[in-house]
Amino acid sequence: MKESTRQKVWVSGTPKLWIRHPQGGRQCPGCHHPIFERAVCEVLEEMGIASNTIGVPGVGCGARMFMVVNVDFVTTAHGRPPDVATAVKRIYPDRLVYTYQGDGDCLSIGMGSFMSAAARGEKFTIIMSNNSNYGTTGGQMAPTTLMGQKTTTTPEGRQPIHGYPIHAAELITQLKGVVYSARTAVNNPTNYQRTKKYLKTAFQKQFANLGLTFLEVLSACPADWHMTPLESLEWMEQKMIPEYPLGEFKNVDKIE
Amino acid sequence: MAERIFVQANEAVGWGALSADCMCFFGYPITPQNEITEWFARELPKRGKIFVQAQCETAAINMLYGAASVGVRAITSTSGPGWGLMQETMSNGANAEVPFVVVLVQRGGPGAGTTQHAQMDYISTTKGGGQGGYKTPVLAPASVQETHDLVQYAFYIADKHRTPVIVLTDAIVGQTAEPLEVKKLDFGPLPPKDWAAIGSKYHKDGKRVGISCAQGWSGQPPYFTYQSFLEHLNKKYPLIEETEQKYETWQTDDAKLICVAYGYTARVCLEAAMMARREGLKVGVIRPITLWPFPSNIIKEKIAQKARFLVVEDSLGQMVEDVKCVVQGKTDVHFLGMLARHQPGAGGMIFPDRVLQEVKKLL
Repeated sequence: MKESTRQKVWVSGTPKLWIRHPQGGRQCPGCHHPIFERAVCEVLEEMGIASNTIGVPGVGCGARMFMVVNVDFVTTAHGRPPDVATAVKRIYPDRLVYTYQGDGDCLSIGMGSFMSAAARGEKFTIIMSNNSNYGTTGGQMAPTTLMGQKTTTTPEGRQPIHGYPIHAAELITQLKGVVYSARTAVNNPTNYQRTKKYLKTAFQKQFANLGLTFLEVLSACPADWHMTPLESLEWMEQKMIPEYPLGEFKNVDKIE
Repeated sequence: MAERIFVQANEAVGWGALSADCMCFFGYPITPQNEITEWFARELPKRGKIFVQAQCETAAINMLYGAASVGVRAITSTSGPGWGLMQETMSNGANAEVPFVVVLVQRGGPGAGTTQHAQMDYISTTKGGGQGGYKTPVLAPASVQETHDLVQYAFYIADKHRTPVIVLTDAIVGQTAEPLEVKKLDFGPLPPKDWAAIGSKYHKDGKRVGISCAQGWSGQPPYFTYQSFLEHLNKKYPLIEETEQKYETWQTDDAKLICVAYGYTARVCLEAAMMARREGLKVGVIRPITLWPFPSNIIKEKIAQKARFLVVEDSLGQMVEDVKCVVQGKTDVHFLGMLARHQPGAGGMIFPDRVLQEVKKLL
């Protein structure tokens, strides 16, 4: 096992923005959503903009974010957060508006909404969680499923007949209306810090009122990958990150 | 006399929306409502308001949902297939209880149908066309002035009951030009929109709010269980049914036969009834203005008067089902539909002389 996989950090307390539910979290063991939710809480707190924020969740496990992150929110139909956020941000340009969608929500049912919002250069942030399958419904093939990866709808592994993975963070850079696009992960403390840095950049650039900001977050789904949390971290490093490299793909200060 | 302008009802939608302080329009081109989208594109930006041409009708209605969720008055318009695409979010809007207005300029169906007039969306608008069990108020204007007035009333009803509202016209009403007096109508006070998700620091108590289209399931206030949400809907819809029925009558007091029609066919029936009265036939007209709630009270009143009914609508029979449902076999209900058009092409219409012919057959 690589050094980075075994890295341990002690974290004390929870962010002020975190809402505790008496029944506990409803996430599966080893899921990365809560880790990313924590990063969002920390960034909103550090930037001091939580009470000026409107979140727009999609449909899927990620929608849980708005049960635990204490900001105003508007839930939507599957795939439609970019449309809803378009109206919200145009009406309230001084608010921080961000969507939180899964890969199925953003790249399958919501591809038209995603690309169109980018083409129009809408001034909000789209955050997409990529766990390479449909988590909520039990692990079916997603647009991001790796070639050869077994899911409940690709029982023999994904083959060319099922199509090829979509690389959203690279793809979206082709559209003029996009001013920031990056991919990150929360699989170890180093990447957690990278995630916070990218998030901050995206939110800051949103207030520059230039165009769309996009962040893709790789996320482990041990329950539907049929792995232990530790095995899923290894799979992520060995398979997922080589397919979906981390980094910033576009960061411009004006649209020409 | 107040100043009047000469416009199409499709443009009167725009003037009505402006009078109602509507802030946004989101839409997608489709015939026969294009004048509406083009009017807003021309008139909203120069007033500092928001126009977005969406990438499809699904997007347009979700933008509308977003605008309504942050407490702003917004409108869209569509027709035929576009209306089909909007159903999911009509249902979500009903669940989330966000107030917005959709103008549906009916065209021929089913499927892509025609680009010309028809009245074939009565059932999909009045019975909840999308998933799950919901109802949305439906208002049916029959003139340019009434389109302008009912668009304002639609915003009022939407805010009053926290619900999406449909203004149902058709290509004949929409593309008819008539004089219009643009004026702001006052329907009374409305509750504040303190439920809107505009950022927690803008709320009185500083606590966050959320708009959810899975009320009763998502665990958000005020409905913590699905059962409590269903109980709420079970009070809300009957309340609207009891209190919001609107209709117009013409010479129904002594009528032996009453034509029931909305939109363009109501004007056809009025013309036919006038012709019949000149010949001494006791014919009246009931014109439902709200299609849901259906004005069942006036129909019940006329059953007691032993009147018979002739439902005239430019479809294969949709509103006639509601009339029969109220009548429950206590009197005759006859139907004259789109097969009675003056010619078999998509442009055929039901004309007054055809209605008169039917009236004479029945009396």
